[in-house]
Amino acid sequence: MSLFSTSSNLPSFWHDYANLFKQKKSKNFEELVFVVLDTETTGFDKVQDRILSIGALKLKNNIIQAHEVLDIYIYQEKFNKETVAVHGILKNSKRNRVEETVALQQFLAYVGDAIIVAHHASFDIGMINMGLKRMGLPKLKNIVLDTGTLYKKTLIKSYLVQPQQHYTLDDLAEKFGISKKDRHTALGDAYITAVAFLKLLTKLKEKKELTLKNLR
Amino acid sequence: MKNLISERIADFLKNYPPFNLMDDKLLDTLSQEVSIVYKEKNSVVFSMDENPHSNFYVVHKGAIELSNTKSNVIADFCDEGDIFGLRPLIAKENYRLEAKAYEESILYAIPIASFRPIADSNPNISNFLTESFASNTRNPYNKKNRITPQESPYNIDTGKDIILTDFQPVRYSKRIVSCGPRYTIQKAAQRMTKNRIGSILVCEKDLPIGIITDKDLRNKVVSENHPISSSVKTIMSSPVITYPKKLTITQAQMAMMKSDISHLILTEDGTVNTPAVGVVSKNDVMVSLGDNPAVIVKAIKRARKIKQIKELRKSIMVLLKGYLEQNIPMALTSKIISELNDTCIKQVIHISLQKMKNPPPVKFAWLALGSQGRGEQLLHTDQDNALVFDDVPEDLLPETTQYFLSLSKKVTKGLNKIGYEYCPADMMASNPQWCLSLKEWKNKLSYWITNPGPNQVLMSSIFFDYSLAYGDRNLLDQMSDHIFKSVKKYPIFLVHIANGALQNPPPTGFFRQFIVEQDGQHKDFFDLKSRALRPLIDAARVLVLSHSVKSISNTWERYEKLAEIEPNNQELYLACSYATKALLKFRTKQGILHNDSGRFIELEALTKEEKMKLKRTFKAVKEIQEVISIRFKVSNILG
Repeated sequence: MSLFSTSSNLPSFWHDYANLFKQKKSKNFEELVFVVLDTETTGFDKVQDRILSIGALKLKNNIIQAHEVLDIYIYQEKFNKETVAVHGILKNSKRNRVEETVALQQFLAYVGDAIIVAHHASFDIGMINMGLKRMGLPKLKNIVLDTGTLYKKTLIKSYLVQPQQHYTLDDLAEKFGISKKDRHTALGDAYITAVAFLKLLTKLKEKKELTLKNLR
Repeated sequence: MKNLISERIADFLKNYPPFNLMDDKLLDTLSQEVSIVYKEKNSVVFSMDENPHSNFYVVHKGAIELSNTKSNVIADFCDEGDIFGLRPLIAKENYRLEAKAYEESILYAIPIASFRPIADSNPNISNFLTESFASNTRNPYNKKNRITPQESPYNIDTGKDIILTDFQPVRYSKRIVSCGPRYTIQKAAQRMTKNRIGSILVCEKDLPIGIITDKDLRNKVVSENHPISSSVKTIMSSPVITYPKKLTITQAQMAMMKSDISHLILTEDGTVNTPAVGVVSKNDVMVSLGDNPAVIVKAIKRARKIKQIKELRKSIMVLLKGYLEQNIPMALTSKIISELNDTCIKQVIHISLQKMKNPPPVKFAWLALGSQGRGEQLLHTDQDNALVFDDVPEDLLPETTQYFLSLSKKVTKGLNKIGYEYCPADMMASNPQWCLSLKEWKNKLSYWITNPGPNQVLMSSIFFDYSLAYGDRNLLDQMSDHIFKSVKKYPIFLVHIANGALQNPPPTGFFRQFIVEQDGQHKDFFDLKSRALRPLIDAARVLVLSHSVKSISNTWERYEKLAEIEPNNQELYLACSYATKALLKFRTKQGILHNDSGRFIELEALTKEEKMKLKRTFKAVKEIQEVISIRFKVSNILG
């Protein structure tokens, strides 16, 4: 895809997605829709590696609907033996799998103009954007919040606590007493991230009024 | 469609009635319709007279308090797996009670439209629901039992929403310790000691035939000369008095009084012909009534699981509320409540120690810091703690540190579970910098005292209010001695912490109006802690340090001691002592009212009289700050 591609040669599902962003977001925090997501991938190389699965759920006014979740497994060309140990998704597992292009199209339809929340979001967003690029599409347009960054905001800074560079999802689950039972499945991690996100909002609210601006 | 989230919901629900009565397939389908609702602490799920929701709720995590907000009666607490908000399912009416998150909670909202057909087609489920709706009560927390001898006129309840003790099921122990009829008395007694219980059941072929209590051992063995090698049959009380499981507190009390016994056996059908399912002791009844510190202490000490301690904390809150309502002197109230809190902490440490593979390699002490260390913590706040262990040879240090760190992790986690929030600045023994050997602590303390930067001053101000929560007092004394010696050598340190004590924001502005917070969740609230209490606490600490007064960490006791040491300032110090108590009481009352730490006060909700009272304490704050400023010549280091 070239830099000069005009919007006219983009597929209609992309237009449907992009058009959603013409509306302004509600000022009322309770009306905001968040999509909490996690991806499992074949590895950590944004160019070489591929998304194995995307798990996501919708959060609105502190409520998650169990039937409104996204749980897609992607058919693989490329396969990395080493990460199988982590996510347990085998190349020929019996799961219903779809092509990457179909998965991303489903994802766009699901996420809409919601605010994306993910742990170490830049990685997941990067992987999705790479996938979109392979389809000749622009990058995601959504606002993104990172629970790793938000967690650091809740810590008190003193010379005693040198905040770590990174807090893993395990660190957060431990700190907030969230069960790690479904760790390393995309939807399971998305759920852990969602609960952590809700708890973080409660903590952050004590310091400042909750607005989207204060979180970014 | 079935997905991981709905599977997890089903996994959870199937452990609890009425969902355990449901067919797996139906439960799977139902679980997909569930919404997961997050409720932060103190947020309302539904209020009284609100229109019915389209779902009822199951508590997944946390706890929900059901109460009648008009009569101020708490009707029930719902824990994990409990259902509430059934009214719309059974009666088409508005809610009669308010449901509020007592803790941060996650709820599963079950849509009534999907659930009703299931309930209608399964008589077991609908029976269960009707029953739990009719007896929507399990707990002792209603007005009836509280220690309120003179009830004010509006506390007299006549409405039919009121739940009386008569209808409350008694709390009983499901853990039955028993022995066979041929056991020797000695063996039975050993088993009782091992299980830390006051009675043992004698069973033959699973059926209860007799019971032996502590009293039997005392009276029959010690005074009547039954040899301890004879069989339990010779001293047991038989037959046992049995009751069915559905016993109310009042019934249990009556039964005990009637037969003059201290233990009741609950069996499957209430007769001696079915196996025992539980034991009710007099102690259980007393705890259910929840008004006696000694009983609570005993129950805490007997707790084997952190979860049990958490339950008992609720009784402590009931007790505290009662004390405040009765205007019992603050010094006494805080002594008793601190004692109870200490017992909880000790038991958490005790349980954690048992979870460790090995006993501690050397002596150690668990220090309570901050408000807990001062014995001024009535409500649950953050946990601030530290651990010191005896010196070991250099090569054993890493291993020893590791041991105590993993112990501390267990303890802080346990404390968190019973309601102490983690310290946001990580000042906890689970932090490697707060879990040190005696020598390491001495070095650290010396460093703070000789390099008093603002951080060091803050650290010492939290740290110097320590008290022993568990373990070896000697280690603590050595630390205190070290502090006083170092402070004597570097008196400039006192000036720095005196300066620190003057840094708190003032309570009132130029026109004597309250200064309120400018931003955040507590905007327009008055910060009672940092604007009024902390200056008094900080000042007491500096003065006590300068007099090398050891092992008094409580603020008003510090002022009382100071009044003794400096008779010419007696009046001011006593005023400070009084002000501290008054402010703490104020804070505790506010905290109970709002189920929080009571730190931020909504001024508009105060009466004129209360505002006057608050302002009077500010006079003491101002005067003590002047004393400190002059005595330690703070202006010299600021100049």
